[in-house]
Amino acid sequence: MFAPTELNHKNRRNQRLVRMLFLWMATMLIIPVVLILGILVYRGGPMISVDFLLTEPTNGMTAGGILPALVGTVWLVVVALLASVPIGIAAALYLSEYASDNWLTRIINLAIINLAGVPSIVHALFGVGAFVLFFRFGTSILAASLTLAVMTLPVVIVATKEALQSVPFAFREACWNMGATRWQTIRRVVLPNSVSGILTGVILEVSRTAGETAPIMFTGAAFFLPFLPQSVFDQTMAMSLHLFVISTQVPGVPEELPFGVALVLISMVLAMNALSIAFRTYLRGRKKW
Amino acid sequence: MVAETPVTASASNARVQTEPTPPFVEVQDLSIHYGGKKILSGVSFDIYENEIFGIIGPANSGKTSFLRALNRMDMFTPGMNVTGTIKIDGHDIQRWKNVYALRRRIGVVFPLPVGLPLSVYDNVALAPRLAGIKRRSELDIIVERCLTRAALWEEVKDRLDSLGSLLSGGQQQRLTIARALSQDPDLLLLDEFSIAVDPVTTMRIEDVLKELKHEITIVLVTNLVQQTRRLSDRTAFLLSGELVEVGETAELFEGKVRDQRTLGYLEGRFG
Ligand SMILES: Nc1ncnc2c1ncn2[C@@H]1O[C@H](COP(=O)(O)OP(=O)(O)OP(=O)(O)O)[C@@H](O)[C@H]1O
Ligand SMILES: [Mg+2]
Repeated sequence: MFAPTELNHKNRRNQRLVRMLFLWMATMLIIPVVLILGILVYRGGPMISVDFLLTEPTNGMTAGGILPALVGTVWLVVVALLASVPIGIAAALYLSEYASDNWLTRIINLAIINLAGVPSIVHALFGVGAFVLFFRFGTSILAASLTLAVMTLPVVIVATKEALQSVPFAFREACWNMGATRWQTIRRVVLPNSVSGILTGVILEVSRTAGETAPIMFTGAAFFLPFLPQSVFDQTMAMSLHLFVISTQVPGVPEELPFGVALVLISMVLAMNALSIAFRTYLRGRKKW
Repeated sequence: MVAETPVTASASNARVQTEPTPPFVEVQDLSIHYGGKKILSGVSFDIYENEIFGIIGPANSGKTSFLRALNRMDMFTPGMNVTGTIKIDGHDIQRWKNVYALRRRIGVVFPLPVGLPLSVYDNVALAPRLAGIKRRSELDIIVERCLTRAALWEEVKDRLDSLGSLLSGGQQQRLTIARALSQDPDLLLLDEFSIAVDPVTTMRIEDVLKELKHEITIVLVTNLVQQTRRLSDRTAFLLSGELVEVGETAELFEGKVRDQRTLGYLEGRFG
């Protein structure tokens, strides 16, 4: 009665075949990651030391450490976040919780999609025009960070919107039915249940911001500046640009140095990603409905 | 779900008709459309203070939609269009200045229970808090009273801190009822409130409703004809968006109907 037919057998064989194929393709993804990390650790690993992290570059950037670049990247990321996170979350809240489906909403959504699609070098030129020249911030951390903020806004907005939408509509309806205003509903039910998702988005934004080169190149990052920035109106070195410079622009750099810089940069980004994964796991661990 | 034992309407069930008080809810020529599709066409009836007003009718007759209109949920239901007037306590709800104040006076329970992802306590304390009550002792009293009335207190009194959204289906439904009561409403809208609740608990809640109607007005939408018979003073029969008739529940069940379709539905011959 339950004996498999020839068709059952065939389906099963196909199912195995397809599964193997997909598994193989998915596994291939690991290869570039392992190769990149392996080479970086193998060649750059020996460069890493406390001195490397805590001293300035010397001898025309062919020796010494990376402190100004490291500190500069932190400045750039923090200032960019200060600008983009509040704006991004507010925009996402509006789009997800308040906006009705009208032409304005559609234009805003279209703008966000297009903003995400603008090449980073175009953002750089926009940053020069808008922040360096028009707002007269000069080439400075402020101008560079704002450029980065504009560029990464779609990341924050999309991640926040997704986190907000993952809270079922029925919860909102239940609150509104009790006479809660939209804001009361957001504050008491929607935000508390999407905050981990929003944080995940913010952290992803950090890793994106830390790695960008083009947008900061003309707006605030310096080739070589052996002091630490004092305020947002100073120029600064940055890890990503420093890597570009010592790899291509400066003669006589020992071969291992760029690997060391790249290793530090990628470690910063990976640490951020790990944090974001940890958040997501935490979020899944305490499912609330 | 509930044992459909025939119950004769008791004397207390019939609304005491003394002096003609103005109706608490006046529905005049109410129509509801969803994106051009008419699902309630020009119904008019009154609901009096301190009565349980039953609404029955087969699926798709517009019962839930009527409740949504009462609570101005059309404001956030895309495509829902309400015409005609509903007056509550003499005021046209379409012209109500502060719709939040209106909704605060109306408690609603819909068939799909919604436990908010807050603790059981916070679920019930939410509405009082929104209304500005902050003192813990005051909130404690409200929470216990509402959970008791919804026949849930005994089951959750030792786990008030656990998540309301993780209670069982029937418990969540009673939590929803407790939440509606926590608003201290003047008007309570119940839409198939007992759909996921066991018969014994349903009876306990029904007893509470009979008590409550001395304080508030209740609109009871139900697919259980016998539940209307047990609870409501008057009953409206809706059919495909039309009001077939409104009458004293006791009389309808005695067969004193104006329209034979009502009798057919009450006797389970269609629907
Ligand atoms: N948000 C909506 N958008 C579009 N159509 C809707 C919406 N809500 C309800 N309807 C439609 O309105 C009609 C009446 O629905 P309603 O929920 O009022 O019926 P009901 O009498 O409560 O039925 P039931 O007894 O099954 O609950 C249905 O045809 C339904 O598809
Ligand atoms: Mg319904």
